Amino acid sequence: MHKFLFMKLETAKMLQKKKKQIIDLWMKNQLADSALREDLMSNDDLRAQSEELVDALLKKLTDDNLSNVDSADFEDIYEILGGVSITRARQGFSPRETGLYIYSLKDALLTILQQEFKNDPVQLYDISMKVSKLIDSFGIVTFETYIKGREEVILRQTDEITEISTPVIRVWDGILALPIIGTLDSARTQVVMENLLQEIVNTGSSIAILDISGVPAVDSLVAQHLIKTVSATRLMGAECIISGIRPEIAQTVVHLGIDLSNVVTKATLASALKYAYSILQLEVRKKQTTLVKSN
Amino acid sequence: MEKNRMPMANTPTTVLNKDKMSVFKEQDVVPFRNRVKEYATKIGMGLVNQTKLITAASELVRNMLRYAEGGDTLIEVISKGRENGIRLTFADKGPGIANIEQAMKDGFSTGKSLGLGLPGTKRLVSEFDIKSIVGKGTTVTVVKWKNG
Repeated sequence: MHKFLFMKLETAKMLQKKKKQIIDLWMKNQLADSALREDLMSNDDLRAQSEELVDALLKKLTDDNLSNVDSADFEDIYEILGGVSITRARQGFSPRETGLYIYSLKDALLTILQQEFKNDPVQLYDISMKVSKLIDSFGIVTFETYIKGREEVILRQTDEITEISTPVIRVWDGILALPIIGTLDSARTQVVMENLLQEIVNTGSSIAILDISGVPAVDSLVAQHLIKTVSATRLMGAECIISGIRPEIAQTVVHLGIDLSNVVTKATLASALKYAYSILQLEVRKKQTTLVKSN
Repeated sequence: MEKNRMPMANTPTTVLNKDKMSVFKEQDVVPFRNRVKEYATKIGMGLVNQTKLITAASELVRNMLRYAEGGDTLIEVISKGRENGIRLTFADKGPGIANIEQAMKDGFSTGKSLGLGLPGTKRLVSEFDIKSIVGKGTTVTVVKWKNG
């Protein structure tokens, strides 16, 4: 029993002693891989990054926590790993390259263990399994954060798209047009409504045209949002016209049972504009130059 | 409505293709709708029926998000006799619907919506089936035939 404990204590200590060897071996593994991206990260940076990780790992590693992946001791390491994979996600490393980074450390550790426990296969098997499990869980954490990093980028882009895709256009004095492209969800409607109402105040417009040619499907939620926008526009004292209702959308809306009869709707932006002109008692005519000349 | 218009009540239905997708946030609605559209286009469904199916899918998926915090969906390409169609299944583990008859009425909503989701969806598709156990969840299955 005593001997067994002693042997176990050795593992972490032994690995700590072999730190330089581990780093060298790990670097050798990484450099040997054809997927190495020298264009994204210099070898010196890679070495510094790897050394930091091995350093932190060996410092925290004890024989107790070696078999306990969830140990609080590893929090620092998870943090470093998180940082590494997020920067890698942003720098444009592929998941494969990021994965290889972690898993080549396993190879290095296992090689060292193999040399150390050459004469004790049972011990070697035991320790190898533990190390393998530990690195696997590091790998999972790396992936989770890598994907989280990517998802953050996507979410930020979604926000940006919402912002930029709702321009309010002043088509005529007193007439605003708002082409909606994409799906109208609650958040989007909020942005659309805010922009529109603010622009009505800024320009003193009395007519707003909501063009939904670019909305792929109008379900009851979208319709509800449209009706709300129309009501809000009316409260501001402006008339709201919905244009760009495609034939298939019209049929769908009727089947759904949505009542849009209180809203002025037109098939095209052009006919909505024509209607707006007639309300404002404007007329668009061809220039009658010939008449002027003959006089 | 248009159900059983064609004399194929006894013809067995075969599933040609299956696709599962989980929906748990509002961002999943658009990809799901696109997936449905992809299958509808693949079997050559016309634009109007496609739009109806997508709108129905959108309604049901939104219901799932709103009342049950999401659930699992199943998209199937099915065939019955000479007719192809799409079958969508929406299964959630939400609170369930106590009174389905009431929920299927126009204008009834426990939320603040228009109350057209379920009855409207039924009008948009060829076949509609809803099963709900209070406290366990709700499963809605709809079928839209290519020419239905």
